[in-house]
Amino acid sequence: MKFKGKAWKFSADIDTDQIIPARYLNTSDPKELARHCMEDADQQFVNKMKPGDIIVADKNFGCGSSREHAPIAIKAVGVSCVIAKSFARIFYRNSFNMGLPILECPEAVDAIKEGDEVEIDLNSGEIAIMQSQIENRKSQIFKAQAIPPFMQELINTGGLMKWVKKKVKTG
Amino acid sequence: MINTNYRFEVGRKRIYMPMTITEKILAKHAGLKEVKPGQLINAKVDIALGNDITAPIAIKEFKASGAKKVFNKNKVVLVPDHFTPNKDIKSAEQCKVLRNFAHEQKLKHYFDGGDVGVEHALLPEKGIVVPGDLVIGADSHTCTYGALGAFATGVGSTDLAAAMVTGEAWFKVPESMKFIFKGKFNKWVEGKDLILYLIGEIGVDGALYRAMEFCGSAIERLSMDSRLSMCNMAIEAGAKNGIIAPDKTTKTYVDKRAERPYKFYSSDENAIYCDVREYDCADIEPQVAFPHLPENTKNISDVGNVPIDQVVVGSCTNGRMEDLRVAAKIMKGKKIASSTRMIIIPATPLIYKQAMDEGLFDIYLKAGAIISPPTCGPCLGGHMGILAEGERALATTNRNFVGRMGHPKSEVYLANPAVAAATAVKGRIAHPDEVIKKHF
Repeated sequence: MKFKGKAWKFSADIDTDQIIPARYLNTSDPKELARHCMEDADQQFVNKMKPGDIIVADKNFGCGSSREHAPIAIKAVGVSCVIAKSFARIFYRNSFNMGLPILECPEAVDAIKEGDEVEIDLNSGEIAIMQSQIENRKSQIFKAQAIPPFMQELINTGGLMKWVKKKVKTG
Repeated sequence: MINTNYRFEVGRKRIYMPMTITEKILAKHAGLKEVKPGQLINAKVDIALGNDITAPIAIKEFKASGAKKVFNKNKVVLVPDHFTPNKDIKSAEQCKVLRNFAHEQKLKHYFDGGDVGVEHALLPEKGIVVPGDLVIGADSHTCTYGALGAFATGVGSTDLAAAMVTGEAWFKVPESMKFIFKGKFNKWVEGKDLILYLIGEIGVDGALYRAMEFCGSAIERLSMDSRLSMCNMAIEAGAKNGIIAPDKTTKTYVDKRAERPYKFYSSDENAIYCDVREYDCADIEPQVAFPHLPENTKNISDVGNVPIDQVVVGSCTNGRMEDLRVAAKIMKGKKIASSTRMIIIPATPLIYKQAMDEGLFDIYLKAGAIISPPTCGPCLGGHMGILAEGERALATTNRNFVGRMGHPKSEVYLANPAVAAATAVKGRIAHPDEVIKKHF
């Protein structure tokens, strides 16, 4: 699976309240959640970004609440992938369970500048900066941390519920 | 204690694989003799919990899977506590989803109306979670139950849905960190201060993916209410779970409550930890976490002049009897500063009644405080005390993220209930000694 999009950079410790503030959690409708995606981190994010774009964040992305509304909002707004130096554990788990591609790669996070065109090969874990804003900089390729086999199995099956169904059927 | 888990035999001598309390509980629930950090396991859950924000998605997923019945009607617990009493039409609709599902599935533990309390105060109080349990909850503060000697961790809605179908959940066995607290407590210091201090030391991802085990002579002296507030905030250091080995205090607490048989686990002496840290409580003052991360802690004596518009005492961190009592003792005969409003939220109906019976409500009302029904309410910026732009709150809650209690340009400071009560009286962040000289 390959994605290509513009990078939007975020700082360290972006919590789930910034990704989707609790004042909007009186619904779980993905479309409505998408309208407020990243609102308390960058109010203009939903207006600036285009479907397919990529969120690039520093360490501990998605810390705080267990709300699955956070990865739902990110996916529903059209973000194709989140790259971070590290992810908070419940966010990490939720993303795989519900099918939002995420990658850990500190080197790529440091190298990518906001607005860079980034290409991601989810199978190989390769992250390439296609077009840099800084002149004379050649495209760089980074290798993200390998997705653990069980997580790959979850992705390939189409998320946790499908995996559970398959498991129940096959015993 | 006899360890029945052994790794291999050398001649006739058994070599035991030492384990931490977290590893033992996970191994037991996975049907394994032993587990190691990093190992992926499928484990049976004793309780699967959801609330009015997270359960609607789980129920939708549950139904979409084609499942007809939850794996065990006694083990799926639903508590609509976040936006209740329903704050608007949409949240009323979400609660309706829970109510209908609970009735349809004949769930034993569904709490509605006047039975609702803040989930992580309610479940221990009712004896629904017991020592030795493995609990998952679609709420990040599920880690609270570690105070009872249970393995408890927050998950998302899809995990809850899968557990409602299968009664199981997948886990990566976490590495364990050991935090030893020794020495005498300083005045006004409680569990909340120990955990805030610790988060200040290691940071909001200082225990990422790991188990935090709290022990030492100071922890043994901590009350159950203080232990619950300490384990409650393990997630604020990024941890998978926080845990305290059960002891006499645990036994006294659970014996009159437990609805199921329970089991005490403890770590082997030679269990392996990825990090061991020791703290002397003599170094720990009441703590205040400044915006916008729980790691931005300061000693109360270093805070300076910070005027406060709103004080909140409540939540799954500090809405229990001990918290309400200490706030009342400081507020007795005092008036809340005219520039400040104070909201007190007893965490459960039982706590509410007991606080009323003990006369605490009289003290609060005479001081000019607002008493709220049990709810998560303002803690997550839901309702019952939202902040306007530029306003500043001091709360006994667990998070001070951007916009957590309302406007994205408002601020939240975290502290214990004694500091909160003193702050309400003074109208700025205050040391309890400024209001009351006598400690109790």
